[in-house]
Formats: sequence, C-alpha cells, structure tokens
Amino acid sequence: MSKLRVATTSLAGCFGCHMSFLDIDERIIELLDHVEFNRSPLTDIKHCDPCDIGLIEGGLCNIDNVHVLKEFRASCKILIAVGACAINGGVPAMRNHHPLSECLAESYLNGIGVENPQIPDDVEVPLLLNKVHPVHEVVKIDYYLPGCPPPADAFMKVLGDLIEGREPLLPRTMLRYD
Amino acid sequence: MTAEHSPQNTDHLLHVLFREQQRARFISDEAINNISKSLNLPRAQVEGVVEFYTFFHRKPRGRFDILFSNCTSCGDTKLLKSLCEKLNVKPGRIRSDGLVSVDQTSCIGMCDHGASLLLNNCLTITSLTTERIDQIVKLIKSDTVIQAWPRQWFYIGDNIHKKGLLLTEPFKSGSALKAIIKRSSIDVIDEIIASGLKGRGGAGFSTGLKWKLCREAVGDTHYVICNADEGEPGTFKDRVLLNSYADLVFEGMTISAYAIGAKQGFLYLRGEYRYLLDTLNATLQRRRETGLLGNNILGQDFDFDISIVVGAGAYVCGEESALIESLEEKRGIPRIRPPFPVTQGYLGQPTAVNNVETLAATAKIILHGDHWFKSHGTSQSKGSKLLSVSGNCARPGIYEYDFGVSLQEVLNDVGAENVQAVQIGGPAGRLLKPDHFSRSISFEDLSTGGSLMIFAKHRDMLAVIHNFSLFFAHESCGFCTPCRVGTRLLEKNMSKLCSGRSTAYDIDEIRHLSALVSQYSHCGLGTSAANPIMDGLKNFPNAFEKRLLNREMEPEFDLDSELSEARLMTNRDDPGAHL
Repeated sequence: MSKLRVATTSLAGCFGCHMSFLDIDERIIELLDHVEFNRSPLTDIKHCDPCDIGLIEGGLCNIDNVHVLKEFRASCKILIAVGACAINGGVPAMRNHHPLSECLAESYLNGIGVENPQIPDDVEVPLLLNKVHPVHEVVKIDYYLPGCPPPADAFMKVLGDLIEGREPLLPRTMLRYD
Repeated sequence: MTAEHSPQNTDHLLHVLFREQQRARFISDEAINNISKSLNLPRAQVEGVVEFYTFFHRKPRGRFDILFSNCTSCGDTKLLKSLCEKLNVKPGRIRSDGLVSVDQTSCIGMCDHGASLLLNNCLTITSLTTERIDQIVKLIKSDTVIQAWPRQWFYIGDNIHKKGLLLTEPFKSGSALKAIIKRSSIDVIDEIIASGLKGRGGAGFSTGLKWKLCREAVGDTHYVICNADEGEPGTFKDRVLLNSYADLVFEGMTISAYAIGAKQGFLYLRGEYRYLLDTLNATLQRRRETGLLGNNILGQDFDFDISIVVGAGAYVCGEESALIESLEEKRGIPRIRPPFPVTQGYLGQPTAVNNVETLAATAKIILHGDHWFKSHGTSQSKGSKLLSVSGNCARPGIYEYDFGVSLQEVLNDVGAENVQAVQIGGPAGRLLKPDHFSRSISFEDLSTGGSLMIFAKHRDMLAVIHNFSLFFAHESCGFCTPCRVGTRLLEKNMSKLCSGRSTAYDIDEIRHLSALVSQYSHCGLGTSAANPIMDGLKNFPNAFEKRLLNREMEPEFDLDSELSEARLMTNRDDPGAHL
C-alpha cells in the first residue's frame, strides 16, 4: 500500500499544535511506515504537491495565510482544522474587539518605547486582514480537531483512522477544548 | 424579594425600572444602586434585569425614543430607513443633540394595522405611511410634546371580522361567577375537563387537568397567572380580547382562582401593550367595587384579587416558566422543567398559568355548559380558535372559527389572492405551501397560538425566513449555547444566502446546524428557532437553490475588502495588496 501524503502548516497560530503533534514521540517512526510528509515546517518543503491530508493550525490574520490556506485546499483531499485558533480564531482573534487601525497604531506609532514610528509598508510584509477569521469561513473544512493544543493521542487517533480508511472519530476523552 | 405586592404593584422591579427609564431616559449605575437598596434586591439582579429587557437602556435614549417594529407584517424597513434619514439619526443610536433615538424591535402586535412603531415605550402609532412619517418628523423636529400630537394617531381598532363562540354574545360582567359560586370547585374543574378545553397558547394541554393538578398540589398558597405576553410575531388576538373583552378574561381568572383555591392572580401584560394598562386597571377597580374581586366575592367566603405586571420587551417571557421568573423580578430565563408551574410556580407555589383566550373560554363554558362547548370543533380540538390574520390579504384582523376549518376557507374569507405561503403559529410555527391549504386548523393538524401570516407570490420568501432568523437571534435569552450561538449562526447563514454568496455546501451546514439547534436547546424558543429554515428548505427549495453559486465553497465574507484597513494604513495598492 502506498503511503498517505500529509502536509501541515501553521497560519496565525503559535506552533503549539505542531509541538503537541510531535509529542507522539517515538510513535512517529511507526507513523512514517504509513505516511510521508510533504509541505510542512517539519520538512521545510515550501509548496504542496497533491496530498491526501492537510493539517491546518492557526486562523487567518493576514493575506499570506489566505494564500497558504487556498493552496492547501487545492492540494489536499482531506483538510483538517487543528486547534482552537484554526477553529475559532483563538488568541489572535482577541484583536477583533478593536479596529485594525487602532492595533497597528498602538504597536507601531503610539506604543511605549517605539522609535521612528511608522506603519510597516514593505511589500514583503503581508497585509493584515481587518479581522482574524477561523479557516472554515474561507475554505471547506472536512474535519475539526479541537484543543489548545489537541493532545498527541488525538492526532494519532485521527491519522490512524484515516490510514485505516475509517471516518475519523474522537472518543469523548480526547474531545477537549482546553 | 418583595413577595407581598400591593394590588397596583407599584414596587415591582419592572415597574420601578420603567419609571426610572421614562424619567431619566436611561438607567444609570447610581439608579441601579438606589433601586437595589430601596427594593432590597441584590445589585447584580437589578443590573441583570436592566440588561435583559429591550425597553431598558444603560445609555441615554432620545427625548423622543422610537422603536420601529421589524416584523414581516407590522414592520417596514423602507419606512424605517426614510424615518432615520429624515431625522438624521442612525438606527440604534441617539442623535447628538439628544432629541431623538430610533431603533428596531420585534413584532409589536399591530400586524392588522400595517407598519407600526412604539413611541417612548408607552404609545403606539400604527398604519404608517410616507405622509405620516413626514408628519412625525415635523413634530419631533419642532420638539412638540406628545400630548399635543393628534390623538387619533394613537387609536388602535380591533378589526374583528368574524365572531364565533367567544366573541358573538356580549358578556355580562359577573354572570359566570354567579353561576359557580354555589358549586364546589371540584365540580367546576370537572366541567372544564368535560368541555375538552385545551390551552390556546399553542401547547394544547388540557386546561381542566392543569387546574386539577394545581389544586391537588401542596403549597402554602396558590396563584393564578394570565399569560398576556403575546409576543409571537403575527399574533394580536390577546390585544383585542384585553381591549374589548377584558371582563370576560378577568372573570375566567377569577373562576380559575375559585377552582384551584388561589387568593392572588397576576396578569402579565407584554410591555408593547402598555397603552391598555389604564383601562385594564379601571376594569379591575370596577370589578372590586361590584364585589367581583377582593374579599368575600359575591358575599361568599372567597377572596381573590388581580394585579397587573407589565413586561419590558422580551419574547421569551411568553414561555410560562420564564414569565414566572420575570414576575419574580428576575431575568426571563426559562426554568428547567419538571417541576412544572402547577406544582412549583410563582415563589415556588402551585401556579396555574393560562393564556388570555383560554381563560376567556372558561367563563363562556361555565355560562353555557360543557356540551355547548364540545359540540363545536373536531374530535380532539373542542370549541373555537381566534386567528390573528395579517400579511398580504384584503381584510387583516381577528377571525374566530370553530376548530377544523380549512386553511383555504380562512384564506377565502380574508381576501387573500395569489398566495405563495402561509406561516402559521408565527416564526416558531410552520411555513406552509399551497399544497397544504386544504389542511385544517386544529391541535391534531395545524396547531397555532393564533398567528396566521400570509405571503403573496411577489414576496421574497428567503427574506421572510431571514427576518424570522433575525427574530430568534435577537430574542434568545442567552442561557444555553445551542440557542445563543446557534440562532446567531443561522442568521449569519441566512444573511449569506440572501446576498447570493452561498453554495450547496452552505445548505448542508444550515441543515446540520438546524438539527443541532432544535435538538439541544434548553427551551421551546431554541427548539423551534430553525423551523422556518427547515420548512423553507422542504417546501420552497427553489427559493434557496436559485440563489446558490455553482461552486463548492464561497468565503463567508468578501476577501479583498478584508484588506481595506491595512491598505489604507500602508498606502499600498499593488497587486500583492489584493485578494
């Protein structure tokens, strides 16, 4: 049986979900018998080849996040929103209570200790979205893996189900939102 | 808690807050502190109540405070928009000079009178037209006191077009009470049970059985409550009953008190009907003076009195346990049932809560006997039903039919042509298409609390369903997550559908969400909130499909405009600054 090709990315997240995924420890060796990693911070591959599974950590806070998410949707048969930020916006979405202009002004113009105040406008710097959005508002998401972060066992369970061709289903004990 | 209320109930928290709102045009922190002290209620409870009800505000409202109905029958978004433009005020805001504020509110029960608004939380102006709006704008701009506004604007007619069992014969005050006062209370209950009368509010529980259970329940005292919090959009029958048949209703309450052994009754009147309050109190006073209320009613060993508590704009208080919470000076959040109010209701005592129309019917049954009553209607639905008919028809108003009448017969009588759809029982009821018009109005077929809204062919049904989803999102009490969040998400989904940006995927999401909201919500508001959407998908699939994009998925918002602020701040407009 050919291996499932898996891509992962962290958008507006903290990489905590990736770290939690790596908490599967030595089980990753067994996992690699069944999957190969494509675009991912773990491989440093920059763009997706056609993949079976895409894991998205983090919500959408800037234009680059949107491009990456669209590439994942176009490349992956199954797309999974991983963690609180991808599913609800999470901590980055706390800025949604304030207009973006106020957030930028506080950080780059009026903040304590700011020298040479100016809003970064280099084309290399991705423009921020007015609000932080969960990923399902922009592309179709097939499954949601909740948690902040989801426990390593939950990653194993979802990937294990998919490897064996089952609909992924988390037992209640792994369905946690903290 | 102020358990002992005076007959006029001047110290009820809702009434104290209403007076403060009218006096200061808002309820300040200081006012909350003072009220909490004077009524000996926790500050958090007072503040909670202020935040809960639509008619109380924590920020000042204008000297003229307008609440425009956004119901599909007594609202009009175009007139609202033009009113705001002419007054130079944004909806939901107060004008900078403090003269006027305009906001929207859920159905105010004036559906037979067309577009309507509430003025300063106590007066109602109906039959709005562009001309009338212009006249109102002129009076507001010239700061004319309301006492000088044309009085006829505030007149609200009954529009009764068809009378049946309840409405035909004029009622002689005290006649039913005289008929029961020599009978035992158990005998009275047995007659109500034998009549087959079921609750007219919508749930259809046997009235006599409710009284029997309440009578048998152990408690220090028993209470009678008349539920006049008629908030279901499209319903206005209780307004008419209380305007022209108040004696019949109060007589029904007194009979109920006699049957269950209550000394105190409450009429919980929706805040939108405050204009009826003075007349209702006068009727109560007359009944006291003629020995029909108070101590030793009709010279017998029977004491009972009624006081009126006026709500403050919360649809959910029509649910009986939420209503009781509101009577107890708390936020109107439905209780977990059981225990039901018949065993543990107001202040934990056995309480019979009945609809206005139900109580009116009990007085008639006592007068004419259970045989007279049950000879009308169908096998499972005895007697008659008042229908509040509104929407696209020639003669909107009140129609009383024996149960079993077909929807088509009603539509013929009210002069409805080219009917595309009928919403029966309000947004929480069912949305019907012409194939269903041969069905009958009865508990066993089309059950309704009385609302019947008609939509002609030219109406956009998606906009109607969106309006209903907005209603539920606004009226959710916020207690349980499936309803608080679910109704908001349903509204968002309907809004996206109406804007033509939805795909088949969104429809799947709506179905999924609808099932979740209706299955897991705490009370009837949530469990019925998705009805219009699910009925719409089933009965009017074309209305949905023709708005769909032929794509797998469309973002919920416009991606490029999500970059507008950042483009402005960075002065960028290169291709990389667009999505």
